[in-house]
Amino acid sequence: MADDMILELEKLRVETITGRVLVDNVDVTLRRGEILGLIGESGAGKSTIGLASMAYARAGMRITGGSITLDGTELRASTAAQRRNFRGKSIAYIAQSAAASFNPSMTLMDQVCEAPVVHGVMTRPEAEAYAKKLFRTLQLPNPDTIGGRYPHQVSGGQLQRAMAAMAMSCRPDVIVLDEPTTALDVTTQIEVLALLRDLIREFGTAGLYITHDLAVVAQIAHRIMVLRHGKMVEVGDAQQVLEAPRTDYARALVNERREAEHLQLTEPLKGAQPVLSMTNVTAGYGPVAIVKNASFVLAKGETLAVVGESGSGKSTIARIVVGLLPRWEGDVSLDGKTLPPALGERSKDILRRLQMVHQMPDVALNPRQTLAQIIGRPVQFYFNRSGGDVRKRVLELLHQVGLPEEFADRRPGQLSGGQKQRVCIARALAAEPEVIICDEPTSALDPLVAEEVLKLLKGLQDDLGLAYIFITHDLGTVRRIAHRTAVMLKGEIIAQGPTAEIFSPPFHPYTEKLITSVPEMDTHWLDKILATRKVA
Amino acid sequence: MKIFGHKAPLTAVIGLLIILLNVVIALAGPALSPYTETQTVGKIWSSMSSASWLGTDQIGRDMFTRLLYGARLTIGIALVTTLLSFAIGITLGLVAAVTGRWIDIVLSRAVDIVLSVPLLIWALMILSIFGQSLTSLVLTIAFLDSTRVFRLARALGMNLASLDFVEVAKLRGEGIWWVVWREILPNAAAPLMSEFGLRFCFNFLFIAALSFLGLGVPLPYADWGGMVRDNITSLKLGRAAALYPAAAIALLTVGINLVVDWFLSIDARPSGAQAEM
Repeated sequence: MADDMILELEKLRVETITGRVLVDNVDVTLRRGEILGLIGESGAGKSTIGLASMAYARAGMRITGGSITLDGTELRASTAAQRRNFRGKSIAYIAQSAAASFNPSMTLMDQVCEAPVVHGVMTRPEAEAYAKKLFRTLQLPNPDTIGGRYPHQVSGGQLQRAMAAMAMSCRPDVIVLDEPTTALDVTTQIEVLALLRDLIREFGTAGLYITHDLAVVAQIAHRIMVLRHGKMVEVGDAQQVLEAPRTDYARALVNERREAEHLQLTEPLKGAQPVLSMTNVTAGYGPVAIVKNASFVLAKGETLAVVGESGSGKSTIARIVVGLLPRWEGDVSLDGKTLPPALGERSKDILRRLQMVHQMPDVALNPRQTLAQIIGRPVQFYFNRSGGDVRKRVLELLHQVGLPEEFADRRPGQLSGGQKQRVCIARALAAEPEVIICDEPTSALDPLVAEEVLKLLKGLQDDLGLAYIFITHDLGTVRRIAHRTAVMLKGEIIAQGPTAEIFSPPFHPYTEKLITSVPEMDTHWLDKILATRKVA
Repeated sequence: MKIFGHKAPLTAVIGLLIILLNVVIALAGPALSPYTETQTVGKIWSSMSSASWLGTDQIGRDMFTRLLYGARLTIGIALVTTLLSFAIGITLGLVAAVTGRWIDIVLSRAVDIVLSVPLLIWALMILSIFGQSLTSLVLTIAFLDSTRVFRLARALGMNLASLDFVEVAKLRGEGIWWVVWREILPNAAAPLMSEFGLRFCFNFLFIAALSFLGLGVPLPYADWGGMVRDNITSLKLGRAAALYPAAAIALLTVGINLVVDWFLSIDARPSGAQAEM
């Protein structure tokens, strides 16, 4: 069996140049043809381990301990030239963002053929023939000619597949997949996932599959390693980790994910007063309409989820409501009164009553202001309170969103992602709004942190009677928080109603596709779903 | 060595010392000088002596005294000019970045027109129209220089204005001044600071150049550029008089650039969360 071992990391330790330990005492073993899933939240060291398996550390990091053995060769003891010879040829890497990893000024074929030619594995014609074979295996359209295109001429899912072809171009023994499907829409994700799995199986490659999504890893990995703060928490057979995790942390991750799958749906409110309504609204950029003929009604204390793939126009709905994008046609009204289409024409009071929470808390907070300034400004701006009163209200709001009072004098840079999002929520609450528009407020956060933020939002809704428009692509989030759901496709709302109805048959065909595309933690889910789709 | 909480390399310390020396001379120059600005103390271009340490100039005034007096005027004008040009350039640049397209188009095209003609030609033209006085000199250079600052401020502002926190401020209903001064400017401060050092040097040299051409600081005030021009013929006679003011200009320029390099390196170095990654 020992001969089977292709990659072995022993007591791996990676530190920043300032001495902070990123990866501590991690052992990874990988046999030929085996796939190991690395699971953990951001900062757990997953990507760092992935890169370290190629004896590579990002700028500002150093591999300071342990051994990295690839196919019998100790990479840390090798020279830089030897290591370069291994990379790309024996061990290859697929990055999360294909769009950022391709050279925009070279054709796909040039980039796929670069490694085998440089490494002297194949001649250029051989490499091209092999690339076409890979394109075909990965079911890219027009496999014989697609190589002539530039990265911007193909879709995101296709580009991710082209990167898989690039990684496989030297027939590596090991492939490191760093969140290869995270940037894709759910419907695209399962295609790419299935193709990657088939590709790895067909060529007998071993793989390190890095992801934060347990359900994704369940489909592809033989074994799973759970990481936290750079340390191994649990390693085991995929089935065992998913069904009977041994450690508390792994259990928390699994339970969080299970809840998203099977949560009881929120019942719609009865007899609540409508607060915001949109009627037959069309709007867009330039001559192109992004949202077409959209209508919905939002009641007091209610959450309406707007779901759809990227580009479906769901964020545009938010921008129309708040007036950043003036509507072309139709009507948006708050408490029965029509709102002016453009932001500049709206009164201070209207602006106060509609608040927004953005997707990326990192850029939604001015890094040069303290939390007291950030949260205090709306209090001062809308209610003309004086210094001492503002401060009192800021502390109250911090308490309300579950942050300690001493944070008031900190700046956003000193906070974690989840804490920053809480500050954004506090800032929205400071205006004492009636409606908060949440544009993917949890999608930049780790699952457990996101869960806490959702609980906070729900608690605030119960206490203050807030209405939320909740824009998201994550159906798990919808199941937890939304009373009603609107599904968007290509700028139109194709289905809307109580969440329970939307999520149970009879489905709109697109809704069904969207729902069934969300991976489940069952290790056979992918096979099942592919089988049903083939039959259909 | 640490300055303002940042580690300062030796070059930056040297630069800061040079600037400090110049500031002290600019503030206390007249008090330190042995003679007055216009007093004739000896023969033309006499060499160094105990009476006049750096010798005398083209009409027999003490070179050391003139250098001390010149520091105040030369540095003072460059400083006022640069402050003024930054006030104009930053304000208009950030406003252009934040407001709608029409203001931006009008301002940017106007700036393009100014930029399309060489700086010196503009300066010569404006100064010959408005006459040669300290005020017109300062205003002219400030106006011309502000177009360069405008370009930088607008580019920085454009990048920052697309961030969500600016959108949040706009959604709150904040006016343009709040957005410009409170949301954008503090985040553009670091690159603007280092640009200030560079532009100060350019203005300083530009005034020296104008004085050298006879269009700068009017007589009989001492300024370093004018002193180089006035004493240039001394070089033909094998005297060093013109070299002292030239050396003073070179020294301050080098000093400021050393400090600016340090500022830029602080800014370029990943800090906070970035350094941890």
